[in-house]
Amino acid sequence: MKDLENKHPLAIRWFHWINFPLLAVMVWSGLLIYWANPVYRIGFGNHTLVKMRVAEKTFEKANLAFRLAEGLSLHFFFMWLFAINGILYVAYTIFSGEWRYLLPDRHSWVEAIQVTLHDLHLRKEPPPQAKYNAAQRISYTAIIVMGLGSLLTGLAIYKPVQFGWLTFLFGGYQMARFFHFWITVGYVLFFVVHVAQVIKTGWNNFRAMIIGREVRTYD
Amino acid sequence: MTDEPEVPEVPEVPAEEIVISDGDTLRKAIAVHDAVVDREVRRLSRRGFVVAGVATVAAYGAWKWLRLAKREGDVPWPLRRGLEANEKIAEAYFSNRRLSREFPPSAISANARINGGVGLQANYDPDHWRLQIEGISGQPPASLSLADIKAFPRRDMTTELRCIEGWSIIVHWTGARLADVMAKFPPPPRTPYVAMESPGGGYYVGLDMLSCMHPQTLLAYEINGAPLSWQHGAPLRLAMPVKYGYKQIKRIATIRYTTVRPTDFWGDRGYDWYGGH
Repeated sequence: MKDLENKHPLAIRWFHWINFPLLAVMVWSGLLIYWANPVYRIGFGNHTLVKMRVAEKTFEKANLAFRLAEGLSLHFFFMWLFAINGILYVAYTIFSGEWRYLLPDRHSWVEAIQVTLHDLHLRKEPPPQAKYNAAQRISYTAIIVMGLGSLLTGLAIYKPVQFGWLTFLFGGYQMARFFHFWITVGYVLFFVVHVAQVIKTGWNNFRAMIIGREVRTYD
Repeated sequence: MTDEPEVPEVPEVPAEEIVISDGDTLRKAIAVHDAVVDREVRRLSRRGFVVAGVATVAAYGAWKWLRLAKREGDVPWPLRRGLEANEKIAEAYFSNRRLSREFPPSAISANARINGGVGLQANYDPDHWRLQIEGISGQPPASLSLADIKAFPRRDMTTELRCIEGWSIIVHWTGARLADVMAKFPPPPRTPYVAMESPGGGYYVGLDMLSCMHPQTLLAYEINGAPLSWQHGAPLRLAMPVKYGYKQIKRIATIRYTTVRPTDFWGDRGYDWYGGH
């Protein structure tokens, strides 16, 4: 027997889907900016595993080169929309009580490991699945903390004198830029895993993010 | 994406939608119920995906419109308005009491990176250099020599120079406070802008008065304890940690107080006119 269950409130669906293109524009314009000083890498000491410096050629091939001014003007425009949408989302989860499903609790840490093992087919029994499982709770909360991190490190780079105390807290101007960059890499990794999980979970789950309701089937 | 629908009354279900596996009444009731659910999902999906489609097309249209909008200062005009709105907010919050962090001498960057040569013509004779100040309140323009600038109280600071490209260096600057010079050659009250140009106007910046009055805004003649080199803008340049490097003009020839917003070399080329920290 089938039933229709309310899953995602209308507001959360809008915030979610509005955030997607906004974050995409922020990441892309961020790359246009990064081109001008692409200094980061993954490595230990002098041993570099991945050069985030990417060759100038790669930037040119991806049409990301010589577009610093364009990147900045977009970044400083869409930052407001990205911030406002994020703040409204957080405010909504607080006032609607949705935060109860989203924040990790004291069981989440152990359960998140079970979720991961299950997803990797290393553990048979499915972990407890409420509206969101423990791994989801941690991820969906972490992504909000990262969003806040982007806003604060961004402000520290944007106004390092007027908000000098913030720049100082992040360890200086270059450290703030460093964190700002790596949080963005974090978004990209989140995106890859998120999309893979949505595909794996299937249509009914994905559709719920559009129509708000999910079909439950009972025996 | 739709509103939460009211709980639908059980509508009549066409016979062909009811699948009955056997004659059992319960199973029949379940089949009827499931068919209702299926129909409701189809209805919601139609609505949701139509709204999603319309929203996607609208967002794409808005993006295309933004990208193709008439350009102003080499950037689509809505983005230019965005930069200007940010400027208003920044200026309202700006305070001359907030200082750029000062560093110990040990923090000075080994290489004082040179990045811009616009306005530094090779055939310029620095021996003939004079600083012209125009627009002084009730006075004709003043013409100053480097000795005149050095006669003002000597100020030292070790601050970070931040380039719009993302890199930064720590530099020790020595020079006269622009505020001290402006006190002797004052602009008319409430003059909002200061324009500065290199000899011949090859490089030019527009500055807001508030940032010019900042105690860390120097007319610098020394970098890291030595007179400015040619490429660092000898004999006199702006050292101004409340602005990005591109506002810190080298080899200043003219300072002009003005009520008309001055043009700015990089502001004309797609960058923020304000460029303030």
